[in-house]
Amino acid sequence: MKQTKKLPALFLTFLRIGAFTFGGGYAMIPLIQREITEKRKWLLEEDLLDIIAIAESTPGPIAINTATFVGYRVCGFAGALCATLGVVLPSFLILLAVSALLRTFAEVRAISYAFRGIRAGVLALIVRALWSMYKQCPKNPAAYFLMGASFLCAGVFSFSVLPVLIGCALFGLICTLVRERREKR
Amino acid sequence: MIFLSLFLAFLKVGAFTFGGGYAMLPLIREEVLTRGWLSEEQLIDFIAVSESTPGPFAVNVATYVGSEVGGVFGALCATLGVILPSFVIILIVAKCYLRFRQSRVVSGCMAGLRPAVIGLIASAALSVAAAVFFPAGLTLSVLTDGFFYVSLGVFLLSLFLVFKKVHPILVICLSAAVGLLTGYLL
Repeated sequence: MKQTKKLPALFLTFLRIGAFTFGGGYAMIPLIQREITEKRKWLLEEDLLDIIAIAESTPGPIAINTATFVGYRVCGFAGALCATLGVVLPSFLILLAVSALLRTFAEVRAISYAFRGIRAGVLALIVRALWSMYKQCPKNPAAYFLMGASFLCAGVFSFSVLPVLIGCALFGLICTLVRERREKR
Repeated sequence: MIFLSLFLAFLKVGAFTFGGGYAMLPLIREEVLTRGWLSEEQLIDFIAVSESTPGPFAVNVATYVGSEVGGVFGALCATLGVILPSFVIILIVAKCYLRFRQSRVVSGCMAGLRPAVIGLIASAALSVAAAVFFPAGLTLSVLTDGFFYVSLGVFLLSLFLVFKKVHPILVICLSAAVGLLTGYLL
C-alpha cells in the first residue's frame, strides 16, 4: 500500500479507538493490538511492546503517547499527526457536549443528589487505582521511602507537585547509579 | 489572558505526568484548585464524568475544564496544551528509541517517579475523602447528617464492587442511583 494511503486509515482507526475505549491509556492497548498488528499488520507484536514501554516512561498521557508513536512508526510525521488527532477528536467533541449539558442541568435537584452519591463511588475508584499501581510498583526500601516522602510533602506540608516529582526522580536516579556502581565492584 | 493560562496550565500537566489514568490527578488538582477553575467537588464530579465517557482521561479533563472556563476556544487551548508535550517528546524519542529504552538515566528517574506518583495520588485521595465525607469542614457535626452515612455506605459498597472487578461505569451508575434515592428520602 502506498504510504499516503495509510493516513486516512490511520486516522479512522484511532478515531474508533478514541471513541470506544473507556478509562484511557491501558484500556486501548488490546484494541490497538487487534487493529494495528493483527488486522492491518502495520507493526509487529514486539514493536508494540516497545512502544508501550516507551509510552509509559515518557511524560504525558499514555493514550496520546501510544497514538503518536504508532502513527510515526507507520507513516512518519503525518502519520503521528493523523493518529493523535484521531484519538483525541471523539473525547473532545463528547466532552464539549457533556459539559454544556451539565451546565444547563447543574441546578436540577436530581442531578445534584446523584452526584452526591457518585462522589463516594469515585473515591472507591481512586482507591482501587492506587492499589493496582502499588501492586505494580517494585518494592524496596527506597521505593517505600519515596512513597512516604511524597505523601508527606504533598499531603501534610502542602508542597507543590512539580518539585516533589523532580526531587523523587533525582533520588531514584542517584539510587540506581549508586547501586550499579556497587554491583560492578 | 484566560486562553493562554489554560494552554500553559495543561501544557504543564501534559509535560509532567508519568504513567496512565489517575497519575495526572495530583497535578490537575493543583492547577484547577489554585486557579479557582473548579472546586474539589466539581473535580470529583468530573472524574465520574470522565470515567463514563470514552477517551483518554487527560483529554477529557482538559476539554471539560477548558470549556467550563473559556468555552469552545478554551477547550481547544487546554486540549492542545495537554497533547503537545507528548506529541513533541514522542517524535523525538521515536528516532532513537532503542537508546532511550536502554538508558540508565531514564530507568533511574522512572524508579523514583513511580513510587512518587503513588504517594501523590494517595495524598490527593485523602483530600477527595475529606470533600466526600466532610463537605463542610472537619467537624463532628457530620455525624448527625444522614448523608454522611449514605456516603460511607456507598463508598464501602463501591470499594467492594471495584475490587470484584465490576466495571467502573456500573459502579458510578449504582452510586448515582443511591444518591438520587436517598437525596429524595432524607
